[in-house]
Amino acid sequence: MRYYDKLVFELSKSGRTGYSLADNGCKGYEMNLPAALERAEAPMLPEVSEVDVVRHYTNLSQMNFGVDTGFYPLGSCTMKYNPKINEEIASMPAFLGLHPLQAEYTVPGVKEIYEGIDRSLAAITGMEHFTFKPCAGAHGELTGLMIIREYHISRGDLKRTRIIVPDSAHGTNPASAAVCGLEIVEVKSNADGLVDVNDLKPLLDDTIAGIMMTNPNTLGLFEKDIREIADLVHAAGGLLYYDGANMNPLIGTVRPGDMGFDVMHLNLHKSFSTPHGGGGPGSGPVGVCHKLVPFLGVNVSGFHGNFGVILRAYAYILMLGRQNVRLCGKLAALGANYIKESLKDVYKLPIESVCKHEFVFDGLVNDGARDGKEGATTLDVAKRLLDYGYHAPTIYFPLLFHQAIMIEPTETESKETLDEFIEVMRRIAAEAAENPDILHGAPHNTPIGRPDETAAARNPILKIQDECAC
Amino acid sequence: MAAFPYFPQTDGDIRQMLDRIGVKSLDDLYSDVPDGFLYKGEYDLPDAMSEQQVRDFFEGMAARNPHLTVFAGAGAYDHYTPAVIPYITQRSEFLTAYTPYQCEISQGTLRYIFEYQSMICTLTGMDVSNASMYDGPTAAAEAMRMAVSCAKKKNTVLLSDTLFPHVRNVVGTYARYYGVKIEMIDQKDGQTSLESLKALMEGGDVAGVIVPSVNRFGIVEDLTGFGETVHAAKALFVQYCDPSALAVVKTPAEWGADVAVGDGQPLGIPLCYGGPYVGFMACRKDYMRKLPGRIVGETRDAAGRRSFVLTLQAREQHIRREKATSNICSNESLMALWVTVYLSLMGSQGMRKVNEESYKGAHYLCDALLATGKFQKVFDAPFLKEFVLKPLVPVEQLQRKLYDAGIFGALETEDGFVSFCVTEKRTKAEIDRLVGIIKEC
Amino acid sequence: MSKVLEGLKYSETHEWVKVEGDIAVIGVTDFAQKEMGAITYVDCPDVDDELEKGEEFGALESVKASSDLYCPVSGVVTEVNEAVADGPELVNEDAFSNWIIKVRMSDASELDSMMDAAAYRQMIGE
Repeated sequence: MRYYDKLVFELSKSGRTGYSLADNGCKGYEMNLPAALERAEAPMLPEVSEVDVVRHYTNLSQMNFGVDTGFYPLGSCTMKYNPKINEEIASMPAFLGLHPLQAEYTVPGVKEIYEGIDRSLAAITGMEHFTFKPCAGAHGELTGLMIIREYHISRGDLKRTRIIVPDSAHGTNPASAAVCGLEIVEVKSNADGLVDVNDLKPLLDDTIAGIMMTNPNTLGLFEKDIREIADLVHAAGGLLYYDGANMNPLIGTVRPGDMGFDVMHLNLHKSFSTPHGGGGPGSGPVGVCHKLVPFLGVNVSGFHGNFGVILRAYAYILMLGRQNVRLCGKLAALGANYIKESLKDVYKLPIESVCKHEFVFDGLVNDGARDGKEGATTLDVAKRLLDYGYHAPTIYFPLLFHQAIMIEPTETESKETLDEFIEVMRRIAAEAAENPDILHGAPHNTPIGRPDETAAARNPILKIQDECAC
Repeated sequence: MAAFPYFPQTDGDIRQMLDRIGVKSLDDLYSDVPDGFLYKGEYDLPDAMSEQQVRDFFEGMAARNPHLTVFAGAGAYDHYTPAVIPYITQRSEFLTAYTPYQCEISQGTLRYIFEYQSMICTLTGMDVSNASMYDGPTAAAEAMRMAVSCAKKKNTVLLSDTLFPHVRNVVGTYARYYGVKIEMIDQKDGQTSLESLKALMEGGDVAGVIVPSVNRFGIVEDLTGFGETVHAAKALFVQYCDPSALAVVKTPAEWGADVAVGDGQPLGIPLCYGGPYVGFMACRKDYMRKLPGRIVGETRDAAGRRSFVLTLQAREQHIRREKATSNICSNESLMALWVTVYLSLMGSQGMRKVNEESYKGAHYLCDALLATGKFQKVFDAPFLKEFVLKPLVPVEQLQRKLYDAGIFGALETEDGFVSFCVTEKRTKAEIDRLVGIIKEC
Repeated sequence: MSKVLEGLKYSETHEWVKVEGDIAVIGVTDFAQKEMGAITYVDCPDVDDELEKGEEFGALESVKASSDLYCPVSGVVTEVNEAVADGPELVNEDAFSNWIIKVRMSDASELDSMMDAAAYRQMIGE
């Protein structure tokens, strides 16, 4: 990676263009808007040639790290390989040209795709049907919670406006609940990192709309008591929401529907191999059990969801098929446990247990702190990994541990890749023990060093300051 | 192991890894799962396909949707996509990256988001833009929630009847569960009625008002007096915009709006049956900390190099949890790149040209359709690329006839009108052909 | 060791109150600013906002965290410290001289339930 310090605006030169458009030949119809409706000045956009644009964005791309660049063990994000056939299918002109308001009889192929992926996801999850409107995981959570609320409302059960969320939950869970107008009730984790059933029991009353859970949870641990939890919540009149962000280890092994979950979302950009695109587009289809099917029509986005992402995910599912689906989750769990067992002597493992797709360390066993010298933190380990050509794991989440390092390798990484990563993690631990300053100063080999984030937040510069440069 | 290109583990690898872990089989990794939950049945999925079979399958599906020449808009516009854009956005360094949490190896993503924010600001005239929302309607819904949050105790948001129905519906959905009262502002002569707005403001509980810039009839709204009326009641003035049109029409800032939202799709994003698109959302500086979603800011590293980071994160769900400004996490980053590359190529000249060609085509078509005698004029107001007419022939028949000729147009509106849209992609020959078919109806 | 000033009242959520007649001058403690690290923003209420004892009136933000501020007394906000709103680093520099809001108290007896310096020092373990 190489530092490159331009913004496209700074390449601008008056008189250059990067487009070519024909005159459509409709003479005598020149644009003639009333002056009162016209903007005073043209927008300050760059004036650049096509080659300027291509070089600029190619240069920018070379300061980026993707799954195709290297190993990306970002916990909770399931950065698996993104198959290239998916891209080809999503780029077929015959799909790109379809208008979202076309009548159903004009798009029978599209209808069949939606029906096909609906059946497939139902088979994998044990749900009855899915809506594909949600555009991301958090959007799916919100949609699922709306469905839960609508179910209670339809029964005249209007008191149920509180939702139980474990303290280990993804931040989106409580945030989605708040957007859905629900009050959050937190349930604690026990010493094993699982939902504390004894803490849960007294929370269950007739104001509870349901509980949001992910299983395995954010520590990568399977919630063994899920049957009891489901029975308790159902007996109290609540519903169970499954946060599908952690679905990957369950693909081909366990179905949320069978565990008693009533509603769930899937992140197609996690478990179903579609690329994350630097933070989207994703797709967060929501599946429901039989009795909630009537409420699936909730209108949460403009048209039919992110069709382009749905195409990619369906291509992946067809490649998996009934044969390969069996191995997907198991190989993900294999990789995670392999790394965990290979590093737990040098990184603190707070909960000793078989994990699923991911697990959490709580910092270094020996952080090198001595004689007033500060030890190496989780942040330091993460930054040092960048020097060795890896993306960092998720850090400081879940909040249950102060130095959390959350590692998720996914099933698409070879043993060699994992061995090399393990080797580097051990080398970093040794560096920390010997001289933590090497880590404090990391990264050393990236396009930039650690930026001043405090200055960025105190004096926000959020757009180019001198637009007239162009 | 069956041969599968995305699983690199050999039988030997699996054996060695299991040994290291200290278990006998892959199933032992699920020993903590209560027995009844391990799925023993056959998954009801098709047999695994080869890559060629997958390609054939989708080519077959694609072929079943006949290619149509698009003369419809209603929130999704068939503008031209320059070849450069997919070429850039398919670069794996952009495509296969996650959200730029590790800024030292994400300067590419962070820089294009900063450029995107700058471009949205210059198009709308606003001070601050976020890094993107899911789509236009959800951006409008977030603006609704932002208005209520800014107003503290007031709880009604007004929507113009001239907003597209898909926008009104999504805002309505969010409002229903968030507990916000929605009231509709009437339209008069195809435009949001200032009289109706004033009457509704009397209610005193209004936190925000959402009106379109170019509305569902294609009309460029004259919002004179709106800013004053909304601000007199200390409410938030939100404008829903077509960002392509903003290159020529008066900006939200010029109309006095506080927040600008809309869908970035008209900026060269393919129709793709409705998504992925990208919502944009920008506001005046005063409301910066109420803005949902990610925001990128400029700073320096220790060596003084210009650097970009995610900033003002204390607004976001991973820090604030239930008190965050929104639950949004993943957004539509790659589509923001799409829009940024588009606007870089087009420049303000190109954007003007897009509007001029669309305008010419649409006005030519409107006159030609009226001349067929099969439509009546509905409104007499300025429009750009989209317009509605009152049909004098059955709409269903009209649509079928067009479909048979490979054209998608004459979209029926909720008022019983039909709408047409012409972008710079449509040639005069295509327009003439459309008119010729309608003449025969 | 964090600084704790004598003569002030302290809350369990690390706000301090200095009484000036019927006005409560409110800020956060030195201990709180140290826990937060570099403060990047102080979210303040508006003048004339009515606050209940224990009600959230704003927040301190750092790059990676946010901590809500709770009003230790009931009353009406009479003044907001613009200097702190513009320069959040002032709270890091001196948390006691850089107050955040002033509140006209509606019930001065609410102060009685607050801690004195010694009790607060004990609570934070110093």
